[in-house]
Amino acid sequence: MKRARIHWQGQAYDVTVGDDNRVTLPDGRTLAETEVQWLPPASGTIFALGLNYADHAAELAFKAPTEPLVFIKAPNTLTGHRQVSVRPDNVEYMHYEAELVVVIGKTARNVKREDAMAYVGGYTVCNDYAVRDFLENYYRPNLRVKSRDTLTPIGPWIVDAADVADPGNLTLRTYVNGELRQQGSTRDLIFDIPYLIEYLSGFMTLSPGDMIATGTPEGLADVKPGDEVIVEVEQVGRLVNHIVSEADYEATLSVSAQEQQA
Amino acid sequence: MRQGKILLAQQAVDVATTATGITRLDDGREVSSDVVQWLPPVSGTVFGVALNDTGQRAAWNSRFYDAPYKTPPKTPVLFVKPANTHTGHNTAVALPEDGSPIQSGGALGVVIGQRARHITAENAGQVIAGYTIVNELSLPEDSVYRPAIKAKCRDGFCPIGPLVTPAAAITNPHGLEVRTYVNGELSGIANTHDFLRPIGELIAFISSFITLNPGDLIICGPAAPRIDLAAGDTVAIEIDGLGRLENHIVASPFATTGETA
Repeated sequence: MKRARIHWQGQAYDVTVGDDNRVTLPDGRTLAETEVQWLPPASGTIFALGLNYADHAAELAFKAPTEPLVFIKAPNTLTGHRQVSVRPDNVEYMHYEAELVVVIGKTARNVKREDAMAYVGGYTVCNDYAVRDFLENYYRPNLRVKSRDTLTPIGPWIVDAADVADPGNLTLRTYVNGELRQQGSTRDLIFDIPYLIEYLSGFMTLSPGDMIATGTPEGLADVKPGDEVIVEVEQVGRLVNHIVSEADYEATLSVSAQEQQA
Repeated sequence: MRQGKILLAQQAVDVATTATGITRLDDGREVSSDVVQWLPPVSGTVFGVALNDTGQRAAWNSRFYDAPYKTPPKTPVLFVKPANTHTGHNTAVALPEDGSPIQSGGALGVVIGQRARHITAENAGQVIAGYTIVNELSLPEDSVYRPAIKAKCRDGFCPIGPLVTPAAAITNPHGLEVRTYVNGELSGIANTHDFLRPIGELIAFISSFITLNPGDLIICGPAAPRIDLAAGDTVAIEIDGLGRLENHIVASPFATTGETA
């Protein structure tokens, strides 16, 4: 089963999603993928992993970590499927990061690795964009790099855990304007899903809806306003996003604010 | 009128406390503030600002030029205290499993009152609803290079409250004394006039890339002096004009020290 949250005709709905990407509202009506506004499918704490693929760590000239490098993203940064992400004006390098996201299904505290998969509710996909211009060596990667408004598209939906036989062997891909730019497999995770659940729940409580973005493989490149960026994870989903400039985004916001006032 | 939240019959309900210290529910019924179970008075995202007081900054200064830092921070050093850390006044906070000490972090919390993006420092006052007390608990940090999830994001490591005092009631938020008491004894004094960056600058910086929403909280510091806390300690943070936030430090329910099965 695939579950999503959408906005349609002024209201948010929890929906299910069919194989043709049509959504079914709670009252049984169905709508096409392009008729609805897709919202982030979960709303808990957002954990993300840095340098969790050996090839990516090497690409950034870092040694692979010996302990998970975890950072937290605030909810402001999330956006849904088929939305826009803002590239700040006057920056040199903003890159995509295709990631498998684990969504926690039940409260987890001090869970052992061998029991960890029972705490997974499902999986989704995110594009963990980063603006490298803003990296500093304090709580790195900091919020200005990783928690900017609109810079974490997530979704389109959550696939039930039971529907993904082996989350440790899924291909991830990123396409920019239709061209394959990044490819990897979750079998190359340095710290796999059971390890991460054991690690985090070893010092804090994980709750249903919490999300763990598990990191990205190598293959990063700059993206520019106008680009269509698609990240996909095999058996989970395909998440479409468009890059807009800061100036264009602000102009759209002021138009929609004027429309609301009119 | 100061605003807070308590747990009543398994539900979070709003309360207001008068200048004379009487706490009432919305329907006017009076509740005894000693026996109610206090919840955090806010429920939005909680942002922290590290190294924002001159004392802490001085303590770290000699290391800022060494690897891996190489240069002092150019912008405010932000972090998030996630939902599992939020707790109210008078609750128990557990030590890590190995019983190692945690440190107090008495700090001024700024509560956002309206949606805010790209706010200038000069206009920041317009988006502040009020102020509250935060105890930004942490394990001792020996590095500020990587995000401090293990040090700062343990369950209950962000007591908030008891109440939000309206902004209008605080004439100068940059002249408030922050006192830390351990077991009733005054153990540390700091003052918000020691902020490296004032509140307006912090709101301007954060809102330049993060949309702030009503109920979001910014922990502005000071966190110094941090004081070691052990099981059995009662820690209280008092801020001029804002009240007193008290919590009890207990051993971990998952303690691994001592006898093993």
